[in-house]
Amino acid sequence: MVSTQHYLLLAAFLFCIGMFGVMVRRNALVVFMCVELMLNAANLTFLAFARQRGDSIGHASAFFVIAVAAAEAAIGLAILIAVFRSRGTLNVEEIKTMKH
Amino acid sequence: MTAEVLLFWVFGVATAVGALLVVGAKSPMSSAIALVATFFFLAGIYVLLWAHAIAVLQVLVYAGAIMVLFLFVIMLLSLAEAEISAPVMKISRLIGGASTLGLLAVLAVAIWRLPPQGQLIAGPQSSFGTLRALGELVYTTYLLPFEAVSLLLLVAILGAVVVAKARI
Repeated sequence: MVSTQHYLLLAAFLFCIGMFGVMVRRNALVVFMCVELMLNAANLTFLAFARQRGDSIGHASAFFVIAVAAAEAAIGLAILIAVFRSRGTLNVEEIKTMKH
Repeated sequence: MTAEVLLFWVFGVATAVGALLVVGAKSPMSSAIALVATFFFLAGIYVLLWAHAIAVLQVLVYAGAIMVLFLFVIMLLSLAEAEISAPVMKISRLIGGASTLGLLAVLAVAIWRLPPQGQLIAGPQSSFGTLRALGELVYTTYLLPFEAVSLLLLVAILGAVVVAKARI
């Protein structure tokens, strides 16, 4: 029997890897992928507690997280395309101003 | 060792390795493929948690829709050799790694100290985690958030078109 703590530890590990990627990687696309990793870690936590409590509300939360992540990816990638068009780079260290 | 434990370790280790590859890969394309693999293994973990409907959604929405969007953008922007010659040890990497390890340690201690009621319910009722249970919940109790999410997705579609288009 796998306990809830195993799932929570896996979620914590995933979240920390995602956070490390957000802080260290310089390609904005990879930073976005690491944000998706962190969202998935949150989902895993929701589902682990839903299983422990035998309660479907955690499933509804995970459902909404997935929907919001889809919206976030659409908008974020559109912004990246716009930034690449005006600056010619996706390196987050070279994108310093918000001026167009 | 039961099948559940075995599957948990297989999927868990594969998920962790995939996530490490996402962060460590040289090119964005390798990162994206590793992320697709990570999502698939995570869907396996969700099935172990009796969340069948969410596992299907994970494969359809994440590994299907979102990652295809990522791959299209990567190919559209043709970022070949954009990120090379990274200095091996930068101060930002040190700070990032240290704070990540600190957060992981804090989380691990907190999870370890959870009250020992962490035993999973052996056999939840048969409708637990099915699309039917999820749909009943979403269409009754959470109807307003559900409609708000549909509005959010509509705004996201329009916003993506407006932002990404060169000239409207």
